[in-house]
Amino acid sequence: MNFPILEMKHITKEFPGVRALDDVSFRVEREKIHCLVGENGAGKSTLMKVLSGVYPNGAYEGEIYLDGELQRFKNTHDSEEAGIAVIYQELTLVPEMSIYENVFLGHEIRNGVTVDINETIKQTIQVLDKVGLKINPTTKVKDLGIGKQQLVEIAKALSRDAELLILDEPTSALNETDSENLLGLLKDLKKQGVTSILITHKLKEVIAIADKVTVLRDGLSVVTLDPEAGEVTEDSLIRNMVGRSIENIYPEREKSSNGEVVFEVRDWSAYDPRRGRKILENVNIKLHKGEVVGITGLMGAGRTELALSLFGNTENYHIDGEMFIDGDPVKLNSPGKAIQSGLAYVTEDRKGNGLILIQDVKSNITIANLKRVLNYGIINENAEIKHAREYSDSLNIKTPSIEQAVLNLSGGNQQKVSLAKWLYVQPDIMILDEPTRGIDVGAKYEIFTIMNRLLSEGMSIIMISSEMSEILGMTDRIYVISSGRVTGELETSKADQESIMRLATL
Amino acid sequence: MTFFKEFTQLLKKNIRDYGMYIALFVIMAFFTIATDGIFISSRNISNLLNQMGYIAVLAIGMTLVIVIRHIDLSVGFLAGFLGAIAAIALTNWGLPVWLVIPMVMVFGILAGMVTATTIAKLGIPSFVATLAGWLIYRGALLRATLKTGTIIIPNDAFNALGNGYIPDFPMENFLPGLHKLTLLLGLIASILLVISEINSRKKKIEYEFEVVSKNIFIVKLIFIVILLYAITYVLAGYNGLSWTAVIVLLVTLVYQFITTKTFLGRHIYAVGGNPEAAELSGISVNKITYVVFGSMGMLAALSGMLFASRLQSATTTAGTLFELDAIAAAYVGGVSSAGGVGKVTGSLIGAIVMMSLTNGMNLMGIDISTQYMVRGAVLVAAVVFDVATRKQRK
Repeated sequence: MNFPILEMKHITKEFPGVRALDDVSFRVEREKIHCLVGENGAGKSTLMKVLSGVYPNGAYEGEIYLDGELQRFKNTHDSEEAGIAVIYQELTLVPEMSIYENVFLGHEIRNGVTVDINETIKQTIQVLDKVGLKINPTTKVKDLGIGKQQLVEIAKALSRDAELLILDEPTSALNETDSENLLGLLKDLKKQGVTSILITHKLKEVIAIADKVTVLRDGLSVVTLDPEAGEVTEDSLIRNMVGRSIENIYPEREKSSNGEVVFEVRDWSAYDPRRGRKILENVNIKLHKGEVVGITGLMGAGRTELALSLFGNTENYHIDGEMFIDGDPVKLNSPGKAIQSGLAYVTEDRKGNGLILIQDVKSNITIANLKRVLNYGIINENAEIKHAREYSDSLNIKTPSIEQAVLNLSGGNQQKVSLAKWLYVQPDIMILDEPTRGIDVGAKYEIFTIMNRLLSEGMSIIMISSEMSEILGMTDRIYVISSGRVTGELETSKADQESIMRLATL
Repeated sequence: MTFFKEFTQLLKKNIRDYGMYIALFVIMAFFTIATDGIFISSRNISNLLNQMGYIAVLAIGMTLVIVIRHIDLSVGFLAGFLGAIAAIALTNWGLPVWLVIPMVMVFGILAGMVTATTIAKLGIPSFVATLAGWLIYRGALLRATLKTGTIIIPNDAFNALGNGYIPDFPMENFLPGLHKLTLLLGLIASILLVISEINSRKKKIEYEFEVVSKNIFIVKLIFIVILLYAITYVLAGYNGLSWTAVIVLLVTLVYQFITTKTFLGRHIYAVGGNPEAAELSGISVNKITYVVFGSMGMLAALSGMLFASRLQSATTTAGTLFELDAIAAAYVGGVSSAGGVGKVTGSLIGAIVMMSLTNGMNLMGIDISTQYMVRGAVLVAAVVFDVATRKQRK
């Protein structure tokens, strides 16, 4: 009997409080290119981590069959042995090593105790040939462009006789020519007997290349579509990706914008010297007083990069463009200056660059504006405690005391501390980056309520979010960005998930 | 809640803070017994404090360096070199003491700024940058002492820094054999301490903050006062408070104040706790790096002068391994290499612990090879304790 190369049956994977995958079944035929699509957080990456052994057998429910044989991977090494290779968005090459060293890293061809360099180089040339890369294998990986690095990564997988290639958003960091090359290569590899699973946000690619498409939504496998039967169109994909109603978790708000522009950027471009490419291109954004403007886009579109470039540019991007606050041109070359100009930035990654986890709630709340409690440089501790209590109480932060270390609080309460910290600087304009990431529905509702209160007090908010439902539920206007460009501006009242998804996948 | 229950609970909660003091107490008690009381004698304790002075000031500066996730290996020979500069300024240039001391401290600040520039502006890892400094200052020290070898310092005022004691009231019949000014200072210090503790407790109650029960508070006050007075009494039994001890106390007080009460201290701990978050909160990480290394350089100058004064000369090997003693004292005192954690007072206690070990083992006649191994073991034990209690808290 002819078994499919991969069959995952009834996979369920739970994290504390969340069911990331719920009875998902997924079947891939041999020598096909199978695309896996879905919104952020739909469970695509989790499913692939189950397959590749990142989550070992026993950490999930369900069964995995390769060629009809039941597999129990204890780690990623097991899945590699079975012929599965995963190529992540973040490449796993060692930049300082040459191509041939990278290709055979961990599987060195040995000659007794030494590495057989000549044989290694010979075999490297063979696999590089398979991926269409004509380049000296002694070149260091760091000297290659990102597109070629990706090809080396694929060559590495092929050198281990991978039969099933999983590519997670491979084209998100590539320009168009490199993307086309990569997709062409996948077609070639298919002829050589390699099956590919392609996770992507770009629906055009899906339509161009897929032999089968599976759509995941909220941890369920919704449907598998067949292009030959004419089932795969942009409309059908988007409908299946977002097809659910928005839960009613958004508090009502009176629109209070009066049309006065408080913040604007014109022709804002940023070049990241570390990545060696432009991450933002000619972005134009306006924010009116008392308004919530949403900025949304898919993973890697440049949402957080935009916020960081606006808020004092701590990443040292090379920036072109103009910024206006209340109509006056400003240059904010440090976060301190941004704060002085009335901006606040609640970061996406509250543990990474938002809060000082080992310090207590009080110190975290006051750190960005200690001036308020200083007397000749000396901290008035009693005033500080009083202020911290006020902010903590008004945001309803649940903590045994404000002397509690922030790392002991729940995610929702940490997020509220982060909000309190930025409210303490008394800003006019707040940039909220993924304000509800990783927090439960109740805490979300509280955060939205706080946002509404701030708006009624005259604040203006830029809300960056990848959750479309909250963008639609909370904003007045929406900018959709894709690959660092604003691909569309929508009135929220006239927008829906499908129109946003269409712009985000441009 | 019963008194005893609250006591044990407090002890458990603050074991990290009290651990060091308990360890110091155990070590001192052990040596006192092992040396038939010689260790705790006035003369020995006075000596011990003078011996650890130049390491203690370095350890205090190093605390802040480690708090902001860096290290400074250059401070030992920087201290040695600046000590030689002070000696040359006093002897060859004929400058007065009151000018030499601040001048050399300014040199120290400048040296720290240079180190900070390589780290903050040029992005060189502090380990490498200060290792280079270690080599350069070692060479500079040898160059400075090249012609003369050891430079003898014939200046009594300067030499008093490391060897002298504060003056006493000229009353020979009143309390004979005790240093009266030292006793008086101890009394004033305990009164001030009690008043400030009572005030701070009152304010906390006013603000409706949680405070320990009255009984515990009184016991704590009595304990602190007895401890303070025991130390004062022991010191008064010999020559009284030495100038070295006065300097160390002053440095500790100033740094304790800055780190706990001012915006600068807050910013330093914020940078250590999470540099990215600090930067986004409007704190310039570079500026803090300059301040911390500048202060380290200044304290290295002070340490070098204390050492030169103690030997009454600048030698060609002054400062050898000071940096490692200072780093060890800071780690024993509870500084965390992960950044953002560590107290100035902790490092002072750490320095006293390490010096007590050396001193006590010397008195017991234990040979130097064993001494190094014991000190190494204590360093590891202190850090293991630190890591274990931190895990427990999570």
